[in-house]
Amino acid sequence: MDADSIIAAIFSFENYGELLVLVQNSIWAGAVLGLLGGLVGTFVMKRDLAFAVHGISELSFAGAAFALLIGADIVFGSLIGSVAAAFLLGVMGVRARDKNSIIGVIMPFGLGLGILFLSLYQGRAANKFGLLTGQIVSVDTVQLQVLAGAAVVVIAALVLIWRPLNFASVDPELAEARGVPVRTLAIVFMLLLGVSVALSIQVVGALLVLALLITPAAAALRVTSSPVALVVLSVIFAVTATVGGILLALGGRIPISPYVTTLSFLIYVVCRAIGGTRAKKGINGRLVHAR
Amino acid sequence: MKPVVSLRGASLQFGKRTLWEGLDLDIRPGEFFAVLGPNGSGKTSFLKVLLGLQDLQSGTATLGDRPVERGSSLIGYIPQQKSFAPDTPMRARDLVGLGVDGHRWGMRLGMSRVNRRIDELLELVGATDYAKVPVGQLSGGEQQRLRVAQALATDPKVLLCDEPLLSLDLHHQQAVSALINTQCHEQNSAVVFVTHEINPVIDYVDRVLYLAGGRFMVGTPEEVMTTEVLSELYGSHVEVIHANGRIVVVGLPDATTHHHADVHATAGEVA
Repeated sequence: MDADSIIAAIFSFENYGELLVLVQNSIWAGAVLGLLGGLVGTFVMKRDLAFAVHGISELSFAGAAFALLIGADIVFGSLIGSVAAAFLLGVMGVRARDKNSIIGVIMPFGLGLGILFLSLYQGRAANKFGLLTGQIVSVDTVQLQVLAGAAVVVIAALVLIWRPLNFASVDPELAEARGVPVRTLAIVFMLLLGVSVALSIQVVGALLVLALLITPAAAALRVTSSPVALVVLSVIFAVTATVGGILLALGGRIPISPYVTTLSFLIYVVCRAIGGTRAKKGINGRLVHAR
Repeated sequence: MKPVVSLRGASLQFGKRTLWEGLDLDIRPGEFFAVLGPNGSGKTSFLKVLLGLQDLQSGTATLGDRPVERGSSLIGYIPQQKSFAPDTPMRARDLVGLGVDGHRWGMRLGMSRVNRRIDELLELVGATDYAKVPVGQLSGGEQQRLRVAQALATDPKVLLCDEPLLSLDLHHQQAVSALINTQCHEQNSAVVFVTHEINPVIDYVDRVLYLAGGRFMVGTPEEVMTTEVLSELYGSHVEVIHANGRIVVVGLPDATTHHHADVHATAGEVA
């Protein structure tokens, strides 16, 4: 394969208009997941759960692979896997150190199970690959409705617990003194995270969930400390990555996830550079009075 | 004036170890009440009881007219200074905002009302200049000023302070304790001030609860901070020296740092 054909595989915009109509559902799905990932991601960062997201996604992968093997619904399978993992982490991993070691134990186990189920599976290889790398192009209207419905439920729950969850995430000791149910909120958030991971896996696959749930929020964190700006930027970054990734992927022959992860990564690099420059100049919002 | 904090026959034990028992106490509005004692004597547990985070083994604790409860709006709480990670996504004003409405469900509506309240509180503690600086980039003293603002957000009747001056330099110790004193003697809040070092607040303190070795003593600093009383509490001779309006306690038992394992074996020992 020469360079031209590689580029043609990655970027090709023939018949773009017609394709666009065909993948409307996918674009909407990408937008919904971007919104969800951007919102949930801010709390993932505040609660230092990046590693947990990875652990949950591996178990979600195992659930999806098992569903594929027995011919059940894949989304349902991945949902079971990730919610089980999230619940386990929420209940068992109270302290950060504890949590990380539990994740380290769960992750390879989940991945191993997933590989076992996939190797037993006799169907199309594309289905297998899709679990790991995402396959949003095939979203039909019903799937989109399910996806949007689930996202709405998660976002509604998140809005309902927004302030106390934020309090418990950034200042747990004070939150407890003020009567915020810190422990319960931790478990509730893990469940919401579990559902979000399962939904995101549909787009970017189990291996790349971090690009949707971590990178946008981490990028936003580099350029702002304002809670409102953090949420807005995180959502914008995530939606840009998913929708932009899908639009770019339309032209090429390769899966969607490289586009999404690359966009996501580029946004992070730019934000990091901006944040670094500001730090060097000592700009942090402090008012300095002339003497 | 009616007491705002009352304890009757209050006892607290961890396993076999009695921290204190038979404690009767009334704290009135506008009173600056210091809780002193060595590490492990139950000072912080005393605060946790008032916060509703720790149950008594026996006796009662009431706040206002009601039994203590978690999340009471009568209480403001100032914790020990503990640094935030530099990239904590929270600015000074957001930390204060947590005190205003952080415990409520839903998202924040009525932004302008909350923002006005936050501005007032920042002004009160002199933190306006760094309102928009991320908390992780502030000094310990600046963070403690914000903690005072955060605790005052609900106009508390009782201000509970857990070693709020720890790890602050002298200048900030004075600034923070003066803020707490203002709330106490001008705004008429009761202040319960847990500390192992009375001198930074010696000018403000009305009464002292001294906990040591499973025993306690309540009274004015003049009554409690004497060689006789503290020797009795510690069960060994300690010398209290008054010099230039400061109080120095000499000869505290070394056990404060050593024999943690067998604290309940010896009556007079201090954990």
